[in-house]
Amino acid sequence: MRASGLGKRFGATQALTLVDLEVLPGEVHAVLGENGAGKSTLMQIISGALTPDQGELWLDGARYAPKDPLAARQAGVAMVYQEPRLCPHLSVRENVLLGIEATRYGVLDAKDARARARRALSLVSTQENALDSERRVSSLGPSERQLVTMARALAQSSCRVMILDEPTSSLGQGDVERLFSVIRQLKSTGIAILYISHFLEEVENIADRFSVLRDGKTVGTGELSGVTRGELIELMAGREVIEGGARSARTPGEAVLELEGLRGERRPVCASLSLRKGEVLGIAGLLGSGRSELLRAIFGLNPIAGGRICVKRHEGPYPPSARVAQGVGLLSEDRKDEGLARGLSVADNLTLSRSSGLGPAGLVLPGHMARVTEGFIAQLGIRCRSAWQRAGELSGGNQQKVAFGRLLHQDADIVLLDEPTRGIDVQSRAQVYQIIDEWARAGRAILMVSSYLPELLLVCDRIQVMRRGVLGPSHKVDRVTEHDLLTEAIG
Amino acid sequence: MIFSPRLSASLSHSLLPSARELAAWLRRPWFGPLAALCIVYALFALSAPETFAGSANLSIMARQTAVVGMAAIGMTLIMVQGGIDLSVGSSVALTTVIVARALEAGLDPGAAVLAGVAVAACAGCINGALVLLLQITPFIVTLGTMSILRGVAKGLANEQKIDAETRGLEALMSMLPDDQSHWLFPLGVWLTLLAAVIAAAFLIYTRVGRHVVATGSNPLTARLCGVRVGRVTLLVYALGGLLAGLAGVLEFSTLTVGDPTDSLGLELEVIAAVVIGGGSLSGGQGSVVGTLFGALLLTVIKTGCTHVGLPNWVQEILTGAIIVVAMGIDRMRQHAQAT
Repeated sequence: MRASGLGKRFGATQALTLVDLEVLPGEVHAVLGENGAGKSTLMQIISGALTPDQGELWLDGARYAPKDPLAARQAGVAMVYQEPRLCPHLSVRENVLLGIEATRYGVLDAKDARARARRALSLVSTQENALDSERRVSSLGPSERQLVTMARALAQSSCRVMILDEPTSSLGQGDVERLFSVIRQLKSTGIAILYISHFLEEVENIADRFSVLRDGKTVGTGELSGVTRGELIELMAGREVIEGGARSARTPGEAVLELEGLRGERRPVCASLSLRKGEVLGIAGLLGSGRSELLRAIFGLNPIAGGRICVKRHEGPYPPSARVAQGVGLLSEDRKDEGLARGLSVADNLTLSRSSGLGPAGLVLPGHMARVTEGFIAQLGIRCRSAWQRAGELSGGNQQKVAFGRLLHQDADIVLLDEPTRGIDVQSRAQVYQIIDEWARAGRAILMVSSYLPELLLVCDRIQVMRRGVLGPSHKVDRVTEHDLLTEAIG
Repeated sequence: MIFSPRLSASLSHSLLPSARELAAWLRRPWFGPLAALCIVYALFALSAPETFAGSANLSIMARQTAVVGMAAIGMTLIMVQGGIDLSVGSSVALTTVIVARALEAGLDPGAAVLAGVAVAACAGCINGALVLLLQITPFIVTLGTMSILRGVAKGLANEQKIDAETRGLEALMSMLPDDQSHWLFPLGVWLTLLAAVIAAAFLIYTRVGRHVVATGSNPLTARLCGVRVGRVTLLVYALGGLLAGLAGVLEFSTLTVGDPTDSLGLELEVIAAVVIGGGSLSGGQGSVVGTLFGALLLTVIKTGCTHVGLPNWVQEILTGAIIVVAMGIDRMRQHAQAT
């Protein structure tokens, strides 16, 4: 499998510019990179979910240009997603053969099905652990589900390349060992495995070679035995500087949010922090490390399993409605499905979290609502036809500004921002940084999660790193580099 | 005479709606059902000018719409919140039985009405509580309570109609005597209109009403904004039950008996009225005014077909076709808006 010069644009962002990749039969090839480096785009291209704008793919010496995932599967390239996508009500065997069942006169060929399922399952079973092909998938644990997904990939007799996307992210330590022994077994049958992971110790354990992506380019490739962990991190961390609203001098006041050993249902495992008025505290960490879950637990959207939380003088957990009343606001990372009600107007979305001041006697008068909204539209430069345009019709950046406008209107003084610049253009980004700076100067306390380290280094006063659900110590932003943060998140 | 361009522009602005205002008008959720109502009414009025378009018939149609309309106002609230209530037909029947039993027991009419409405409102609260506590989809919950309430009604009535003395309650829905004809419609119709005005104002102008819409449009966003989604859910089902109870009182007044087998399939007619009126099964959309137009449209088709002499089966096909066409147009309109 070989890829050369792959490129892909999404609207204004260039996700991949120049990616080269070479994978040999019977090797485990690790693909490394920071969040947003282009790993998942590359994998989607290889598995046929996206078509590249430029560049070519070769498989076993022949041109390979799958038009959809099914074509890729038939050509022998199978993708195993992070979250196994299986039908829980069907048996293991039915899931393995889903879509490729053999039939005789339109009736399922049971004998053939059993034989093929057994063959595929034997490839992912180790001696201690055999999967029962008749069990319902809903009764399986996460690692077994992962194996079923892999068996499904293998049931296609011609499987040549298997892509594993963060396969260990939802597994415990014992399950990881089991997965690795299956991977080694597959490797010995000559299948090439593309292994995507953030965790370097895992990669060192299982992979033979590596490629590092940064900003949509391949920046290094080679034998894993020839490099140190430090060198890999050096390759992954960029040295780019982003511009936009600089950080003005701030004078933090008293602490308004304090956590001690806060524990959620699964994530976070243990988080302690103290956030003061007039400062921006950044939370760095990998996807899935529990950063969003931390914000959601603070806001009352996720249950709290233990530890101490104190917001201003309110001790203990509260539901979101109470948090809003206490002056806490949350910007959701999932703008599309949670952050905004896309079917409702800009005005409805902007004013939803606080209805007072929209009319006499607690009434909500459309005229008042429009006037309030127009104020924010002008202040934030939201581009829309009118206050009554549906929020779903706006561009990503403008939708984000509506979400920010809501926090402004709500007049929250503790603001939790989850990926505030995700999916918005450069100009809107700079505006977002400016808004955050203004808020901090005005004495609001801001807790900000971002996958983009340069952004955190630009905007925050202090940064803490979340790693596998555990929040690390606080670093002053001028005493820490991107390299340090990445080492703490991955190492 | 010379107009400055600015003056003429402002004149035309004030007198004639601009294209933009016209477009905004067309986008009103109740515009489609109103247009359909006018067209269908005009068609029937042309084919049977003497009988159908007469003022007596107008009053009859208004009275026939009142029960469905009252129940449909409640259903609009529930559907805008993202739920559904299949038990509304059973609630109406149960209310007629309760009112009849209360009158039989010698309660005065006001108390009987109060008892009927209270029972229906309680049933609504139970619906809401079950949806909340069991986290079962409203469709299933109310499918269950539909059967339960029907059973309760039959049990209370010993599976028979209850002939109670109506003691003036029949006046709510009966034809007005000649000396009161300046009222146009009997009190029951006015009650329905009053309920509609209150419900429409509730949805548009109150904080809780906006929360109902937001919860239906996207419950996650609502929660994020501090809306107490649970309370909103409970409230709409309670209000839905209350309005079903009022519909039951009007139904009793029409029937003048308590009938446990009455209003079978009413829920479908009520849902049809909401959907024709611009409501969506997935929540966040719907208008009380549109719903009333939808309910009227259903009555006009029913009555019109009878006047023109079309058999019942044609009427049913027509009703069904209108629902499907209304939905199709709505889809296209939304699609056009989205692009």
